[in-house]
Amino acid sequence: MEQNYKIAQHCVIENNKVFLNGVEEFSSADEQFPDFIKAAYKIFKSNYPKFFKMDNLSKLSFLAVDLILKELDLNEEDNDIAVVFANKSASLDTDVKYQSSIANKGEYFPSPAVFVYTLPNICVGEISIKHHLKSENAFFVFDAFNAEFMYNYAVNLLESKKTDKVLCGWVEFFEENYKAVVYLVQNNGTLEHNIKTINTIYNK
Amino acid sequence: MEALKAELKGKIVEVLNLEDISVDEINDNDPLFGDGLGLDSIDALELIVLLDKDYGIKLTDPKEGKTIFESIETMAAYITANRTK
Repeated sequence: MEQNYKIAQHCVIENNKVFLNGVEEFSSADEQFPDFIKAAYKIFKSNYPKFFKMDNLSKLSFLAVDLILKELDLNEEDNDIAVVFANKSASLDTDVKYQSSIANKGEYFPSPAVFVYTLPNICVGEISIKHHLKSENAFFVFDAFNAEFMYNYAVNLLESKKTDKVLCGWVEFFEENYKAVVYLVQNNGTLEHNIKTINTIYNK
Repeated sequence: MEALKAELKGKIVEVLNLEDISVDEINDNDPLFGDGLGLDSIDALELIVLLDKDYGIKLTDPKEGKTIFESIETMAAYITANRTK
């Protein structure tokens, strides 16, 4: 029989606001995303200098996860956490930037630091390095957020004992339009892990 | 040479997004990799691009980078001797 799992923490970042478990923790109006996310990073004291080298999608994903895992204060033994992310635009925001850097044959200086972010799952790599995660991970590209898919994938990972916890997320970024909805599924927590709850968190 | 070293420090902070490090904190002989500025392999590739783009120096053997990018001092000396622009 399928076990009932819970959502222990959830974080939403959109419209220059950061919500943790439904509570607005930070907002910064009238700022472009780079300034907003930098201000949020400093406020939440994420303390990871490599943050500044990341592309926008990685910064967005990294901060949302960092806030969730910081709350839990996990040690190495508790870090059996799978990561299942999805979005619509993959790494297109960075792909476009990279393409523009190589468009002019007379000024052909492709940037290795930009190129490394031309895959969407690099953000999962950044998160895994920071939090020493070595478990399953996947990044899917959908036209729209798919709560049913995320629910089934997380339950399957947990039921098959591949992991103790699953970080699920929709992390979308393209040309200043962005939204991160990340939540942690595990055995205990305050919210029921079901499709309705997931959609409620996403649509809040 | 002093002007070039100052220029290099500024470019490294900007190009490598060293947000938490100011130009004044970088000493001429500080190691750029490892315990010094803590640069990584992608940063090394960016420095190779910087040499090409700003000073017209194409490194044909990336292994040369190990000695060239030891510090600001070694970078400035190499650029002075080999720059084409």
